[in-house]
Amino acid sequence: MSISIQSIHKTFGSYTALDNISLEVPDGSLTALLGPSGSGKTTLLRIVAGLEFADPGSGHVQFHGEDVTDIPAGQRGVGFVFQHYALFKHMTVAENIAFGLTVLPSSKRPAKKDIDDRVNELLGLVKLDGLGKRRPHELSGGQRQRVALARALAIRPKVLLLDEPFGALDAQVRKDLRRWLRIFHDEIGLTTLFVTHDQEEALELADQVVVMANSRIEQVGPPQQVYDHPETPFVIRFLGNVNAIKDSRNPEAPIFVRPHDVGILFAAEADPATDRLARVQHLFAAGPVAKLSLRLEDGQFLDAELSRQQLDELGLDVGDPVAVRMQGASRFE
Amino acid sequence: MGKKRVIPGFGLSFGITVFWLGIIILIPLSALFIKAAGLGPAEWWKILTSARVLAAAKLTFGASAAAAAVSTVLGLLVAWVLVRYQFPGRRILDAIVDLPFALPTAVAGITLTSIYAPTGWIGKYLADMGIQGAYSPFGVFIALTFIGFPFVVRTVQPVMEDMGLELEEASAILGAGRWTTFRRVIFPVLIPALITGFTLAFARAIGEYGSVIFISGNLPMKTEILPLLIVAQLEQVKYEAAAVIASGMLLVSFFLLFLINLLQRRLNWQTR
Amino acid sequence: MANRSVTTESALVRWLLIGLAIVILTLFLLLPLAAVFIEAFRRGSEVFIKALTEDAALSAIKLTLLAAGISVPLNTAFGLAAAWLITKFRFKGRSFLLSLIDLPFAVSPVIAGLVFVLLFGARGWFGPWLKANDIQIIFALPGIILATVFVTFPFVARELIPLMESQGSDQEEAAVTLGARGWQVFRHVTLPNIKWGLLYGILLCNARAMGEFGAVSVVSGHIRGKTNTLPLHVEVLYNEYQFSAAFACAALLALLALLTLGLKSLVEHLSGHSAKGH
Repeated sequence: MSISIQSIHKTFGSYTALDNISLEVPDGSLTALLGPSGSGKTTLLRIVAGLEFADPGSGHVQFHGEDVTDIPAGQRGVGFVFQHYALFKHMTVAENIAFGLTVLPSSKRPAKKDIDDRVNELLGLVKLDGLGKRRPHELSGGQRQRVALARALAIRPKVLLLDEPFGALDAQVRKDLRRWLRIFHDEIGLTTLFVTHDQEEALELADQVVVMANSRIEQVGPPQQVYDHPETPFVIRFLGNVNAIKDSRNPEAPIFVRPHDVGILFAAEADPATDRLARVQHLFAAGPVAKLSLRLEDGQFLDAELSRQQLDELGLDVGDPVAVRMQGASRFE
Repeated sequence: MGKKRVIPGFGLSFGITVFWLGIIILIPLSALFIKAAGLGPAEWWKILTSARVLAAAKLTFGASAAAAAVSTVLGLLVAWVLVRYQFPGRRILDAIVDLPFALPTAVAGITLTSIYAPTGWIGKYLADMGIQGAYSPFGVFIALTFIGFPFVVRTVQPVMEDMGLELEEASAILGAGRWTTFRRVIFPVLIPALITGFTLAFARAIGEYGSVIFISGNLPMKTEILPLLIVAQLEQVKYEAAAVIASGMLLVSFFLLFLINLLQRRLNWQTR
Repeated sequence: MANRSVTTESALVRWLLIGLAIVILTLFLLLPLAAVFIEAFRRGSEVFIKALTEDAALSAIKLTLLAAGISVPLNTAFGLAAAWLITKFRFKGRSFLLSLIDLPFAVSPVIAGLVFVLLFGARGWFGPWLKANDIQIIFALPGIILATVFVTFPFVARELIPLMESQGSDQEEAAVTLGARGWQVFRHVTLPNIKWGLLYGILLCNARAMGEFGAVSVVSGHIRGKTNTLPLHVEVLYNEYQFSAAFACAALLALLALLTLGLKSLVEHLSGHSAKGH
């Protein structure tokens, strides 16, 4: 089921948290809301969930064409996974997962046996078979996260919303779970929107990345497109290391170039039209990629990355002069 | 102490603490039990099962339990309102909750008596309804509730403040209404704090003297509480009897507190 | 706002609960407080002033101040030592010690008085010896102080222990590695961190010390003008049906309570943390 967000505005007192946001989340997609803290991404997710409300009269949220702006969170049919999971500590895992079914009005509530079956099915789905009788404090972080996911899915939500789903986990568990979630999403095909501040996570996991900054959307697109064709200086800076080099043509708008896009040649091969001269200031070659810190003639510093093989071919050492060619550089004028 | 410690002052602070505990608490309390033990079991039994002691014990423990229970309900309500809602006068009400802690018990006693006496502000309405406020077991209950209810507010309040809203949001998003959320998500989280509050209110009520003796009327067999009975024995220079009643009272209340503590631990283990 | 947050109740329920809480607190707390002052001034301010300036009242006030003036510093010193011991060190019997510190909360004030009568009373353990040496403890100031110390025993320690526990020992350890010695560590590192909590504990301890009734009543002997503290004086007047005078003295004690609450709010405000507890 698609999610459509139309000109949503949200203020907290005098602070604008969301400034006229519109966004389409296609049916069945896995979309990432990516941005630094304070960018408004969590507020947007909470508005979609119905936990927060946009300023009166400002805009709409639609699920598959149906306006849900004024529908209470409990009746919207969204699955929500909280950053710290918000598991009910006094209930077992099974009771947690069953919660959304047991609070249905008695006319709609499934029979106890059906609830048990559904819980077992979900436990299997999130690979927690046999752990239904445990309590949350007896589980690992990754297991808790999957309980939270199963609990959200129990009510057969129309869309799934995840707030920093891997934020509270260790690096290794994080990687495993990330891969698992991608496969899981492809299996159940539920429209999913998740919030993250980790660009690697967003690029690796999502079909569509929404980059947010300062209460606005900066860019929307598939990961590769956003990475390769950033539309604003913010996006290019936020999606990875980048050099911002000023030149004489327009000192107000620097040239952005990623370290691995910096071409390095022998100084003698320099083409004055495109290349600039520099000296190797520092060299770090432990690892598959060699990292160079270069100093341009005008004193600006520039980071570059080369493969070990290229480095060996060039035979560079600290102090050597080189020519620098900025391939695929972006400029926002 | 053979072990090396980084932070200084172990010997000094240990010495002061144990010395002070010893002379102020331990030696005097042992004196009580030794004095009481001077009488044989038969004497103990005779004193503790006398009709007057039993009546006083029934009133003391009964009224204390009832007052602590009512305090728990009122305290939960007041804590909820103070933590969750913004309204004019909230800060003043919050500060005034501590009044029973700060107000000398004798002052509370004579004041509550004047209010709940059959001619008092509230007592006269109670009298119209056929309820005797002051000078009755009900009066004892009122004084003990006054004394006990801040304990509940002050133990529940921080737990409510720290609870955060995520659990409630999770519950709401799963379709639960407010009342269901309170019953199934919020209340279970508060139970350990409520039990602690109940226990503190109960323990305080059992020993309470100053606020009760004015409002109770002190009729033997009817409105006499155990601490007053102890004083009565002392005034008749029956030291042994006073010691036996006091020891019995302490043992029973320690046992009750121990039971509640046990229950508390089980719950804590479950909801950790 | 058209839509209501999912974590709050409807306005009706909200105002119903607020109303209920206000009614409870008013009937239960504000009404008695108002009653003290209304009763105290029922026969006019002259009677009020006279009740507080007669000899027996003045000597009761003096005795109350004296007893609190001695017991509170003693328990403050103890509270600091106990909190230091409990929070800075791990040793065998620590949790046992912790429950012993709490013990006076579970002991009736009457029993607190009784134990000292059993020790030092005329028929107590040390009674004959004290009599032979002409030392009076029960029915005299030392007994009143002992009883007061007993009932106010845990107040300062109880306030400091959770506070110091939450602050950990990092700063003290840092001070030690920088060469500070025992007293310097306490004076320059610990004390500034706990000063508000300490002040709060002292306030509560003092309020209880000045207001204590049961324990002091048992050991004092109610000798008018000699061993009556202010709360005991209130009782004596009340039992003599001098209600206005009794309430006048009660009003003075109620003022002390209000002052304590006011200072407590101020301390909370200044320290920026909410010092809640008994």
